[in-house]
Amino acid sequence: MIAIVDYRAGNLTSVLRAVRHLGHEAEITDDPQKIRAAERVIFPGVGAAGETMSNLRKLALDGVLRDDVFRAGKPMLGICIGVQVIFERSEENDAECLGLLPGEVRRFPARAGLKVPQIGWNSVRQARPHPIMQGVPDQAEFYFVNSYYPAPARSEMVFGVTEYGREFASVVASVNLVATQFHLEKSGQVGLRMLDNFCRWNGKPC
Amino acid sequence: MLTKRLIPCLDVRAGKVTKGVKFRGNVDIGDPVEFARMYYEEGADELVFYDITASNEGRGIMIEVVRAVAEAIYIPFSVGGGLRTLEDMRAVLLAGAEKVSVDSGAVRHPEIISQGARAFGSQCIVLSMQVQRAPVTEKIPSGWEICIDGGRTRTGLDALEWARRGEGLGAGELCVNSIDQDGTRAGYDIPLTRAMAEAVGIPVIASGGGGSAQHVYDVCTDGKADAAILASIIHRREMTIPDLKKELAGMGLPMRMNW
Repeated sequence: MIAIVDYRAGNLTSVLRAVRHLGHEAEITDDPQKIRAAERVIFPGVGAAGETMSNLRKLALDGVLRDDVFRAGKPMLGICIGVQVIFERSEENDAECLGLLPGEVRRFPARAGLKVPQIGWNSVRQARPHPIMQGVPDQAEFYFVNSYYPAPARSEMVFGVTEYGREFASVVASVNLVATQFHLEKSGQVGLRMLDNFCRWNGKPC
Repeated sequence: MLTKRLIPCLDVRAGKVTKGVKFRGNVDIGDPVEFARMYYEEGADELVFYDITASNEGRGIMIEVVRAVAEAIYIPFSVGGGLRTLEDMRAVLLAGAEKVSVDSGAVRHPEIISQGARAFGSQCIVLSMQVQRAPVTEKIPSGWEICIDGGRTRTGLDALEWARRGEGLGAGELCVNSIDQDGTRAGYDIPLTRAMAEAVGIPVIASGGGGSAQHVYDVCTDGKADAAILASIIHRREMTIPDLKKELAGMGLPMRMNW
């Protein structure tokens, strides 16, 4: 069973639909017991960092994600806001985040010609191989909607790179955790391929 | 690099895809889920559905259509037409749409934009507008006027001022429909689209008049559009999305080519 974490935001049902379409069993839940018992965990969605973190704390899920999922070695996938709250802090609402990985989340700079949020399909250069990108063409395009981008403190955590005004990390990973800034569930066949790869991944980096 | 989006637009009436010319006279041309699946498989970057059924009865049918489409395609799609309240928006988003599009309802009650943006995020809210040329007056300094109710009613609102106001209220994208060009296949309204793109800092989707790859190229370069709506030429299979994308990529326009 795959647990899709319900933190009162985002379009969680689209992730559920995509995972089920691929033939995997999944459930949307905020129950710590179910998340602890799950084989793997997806943390999806759209939302603001500050509100997401305060919802996670209210639901007592921040500790569950940190200790019972990430540190316990369970395969964990973050999508969109899910790639942002895994860092130490975000410029959005000046929010203190989960701190699973060293680094922070920054806003795209305001300048002429650069529309914020970024909305649409952008390419991902695969900086290093990862099991969840297996079978996905290098430079394939994925669907993005974001005003903020992850800035990991260590370059070995960067697996995918995208250009929008500047280069930023669009796929980050460390041991059993992998996370994408783009929406896998809305990125057509290449997105479904990555989602399927995650649903079959044993949580080992390579 | 961020690519330019090609967006098939499907007008839906009582659960069927329909196509009209200059907002008048519609004929049913097929099943929305079948159209959605076909365009998804052909590499459309996004889809737009406009519910042109005005009745409450139609609303229920549309929710069923949205649910079935969400089961069939894994790219973003938006739904518009007759959304008046936060609850109307919530229903289509819960049924699986990525975005909602507001038009005449937002002109009558602009607060729907800010309420929607607060509840679901700006990225969910597309402000769609029907624009027609008008004599330049003090009230309409740009010479473009906002119309509502399928283009039948002039509002006296200046289109550029309305666009800026919509952005300020929290709209995440603008969809600019040119009534003058709609259904003509003579090309998008380049001056209008460009004026809109220069007036706001959010993405602009051009709509009305698309009939060839050259038209899409022109509106995405000279017109500064981020995306282009396609309707009759692809619905009637006179051109296909893969053909258009190949031609546009060959012309140097950034296109998503892996799907």
